[in-house]
Amino acid sequence: MALGKEQIAQRIAQEVQDGYYVNLGIGIPTLVANFVREDIEVEFQSENGILGMGPFPFEGEEDPDLINAGKQTITALKGASLFDSATSFGMIRGQHVDLTILGAMEVAQNGDIANWKIPGKMVKGMGGAMDLVASAENIIVAMMHTNRAGESKLLKTCSLPLTGVNCVKKIVTNLAVIEVVDGKFKLLERAPGVSVSEIQEATEGELLIEGDIPEMTF
Amino acid sequence: MINKKVANVSEACKGVKDNMTFMLGGFGLSGIPENAIAKLVDLNVKGVTCISNNAGVDDFGLGLLLQKKQIKKMISSYVGENAEFERQMLSGELEVDLIPQGTLAQRCQAAKTGIPAFYTPAGYGTEVGEGKESKEFNGKMHLLEHAFDADFAFVKAWKGDTAGNLIFKGTARNFNPNMAGAAKITVAEVEELVEAGELDPNHIHVPGIFVQRIFQGEKYEKRIEQLTVRKK
Repeated sequence: MALGKEQIAQRIAQEVQDGYYVNLGIGIPTLVANFVREDIEVEFQSENGILGMGPFPFEGEEDPDLINAGKQTITALKGASLFDSATSFGMIRGQHVDLTILGAMEVAQNGDIANWKIPGKMVKGMGGAMDLVASAENIIVAMMHTNRAGESKLLKTCSLPLTGVNCVKKIVTNLAVIEVVDGKFKLLERAPGVSVSEIQEATEGELLIEGDIPEMTF
Repeated sequence: MINKKVANVSEACKGVKDNMTFMLGGFGLSGIPENAIAKLVDLNVKGVTCISNNAGVDDFGLGLLLQKKQIKKMISSYVGENAEFERQMLSGELEVDLIPQGTLAQRCQAAKTGIPAFYTPAGYGTEVGEGKESKEFNGKMHLLEHAFDADFAFVKAWKGDTAGNLIFKGTARNFNPNMAGAAKITVAEVEELVEAGELDPNHIHVPGIFVQRIFQGEKYEKRIEQLTVRKK
């Protein structure tokens, strides 16, 4: 069975290690916070100016002066800090943030990513994504393996305008966990019950399959 | 203390003209200079360039200036919340320069702090880098980006004093401190304006030297864009 969005987030949460500062993008990445192990210390950064972002507020306790980068009302955990946008991106460009998790429309086998624009159709802007992917050492993409038309989102080269070049390290989709190695997609894990050939079929880029590919565990 | 206090938003906006470039603080609808925006709508200045992370929503924030077609050009990082914006952009009525958010913040900060240009890796190898100088540092490619040049910066703080010192609350801080001092004239509006000496100098986020005019806003709607809550 292919994974749902919650399960993609759950699998990515396994990549979050003790002591990490993590930036979560909008969409599936936001869900990752719900699945991080409780016995480790992790701080979430939101690029609009908070470290130590907490869960959504209780009904009636929302504060218009406390939002995340998705403009959702949030809370600040004990020990949180607040700062301006230049400082926030200083943290990002200065590589003080350990892990960036974001969504994508396309990823290429050399690690290029496209997620901000569909020419003639949709132009919402890149927000902080270009700064994040250009600077982060450790970037995980959370996305569905194929688009709504059933076409692969893991490509030889991106067809949409790029957000960043040679930057994606790992991709977790509804079908697989994939690492970008030497200009290829290396298959690391399969979603439970999904075969290697199904993943192969849904992957337009070059897929590297070495030995038996284990199923993801949760 | 040098007194930066002006009586009201009208006095604060004196000198605002057609075809000027404005910086406006805020992220989404959080920390936007609501009173200055309302005044700019009243004054009906036209042909303006706005540097602002977002473009408001259809009926609030910079969306109000868009509705009246006062904006010639927007310089932003994310504009996905505004249907009128999209319409004007796709029809070619509105010029749009989309730039990475960190670059936007740093171009404000550079203007504020006397740095004419700087290198950043953001956008290298993308449309954003087209036509820009690039250079390799430590094995990585960077783009040369320039400081903004703006006529007015409109910022919003939580508290301020008559010396122009500012304190922010929560994530309503965002771009406001980076824009304060980054234009020829900085207008700060605050929810609460007190006498110089009433704020603890240890707690000032923006020193008054970066602010030319300060006033207490008449009212703040503080609209929430995405209300997300959990049950008790």
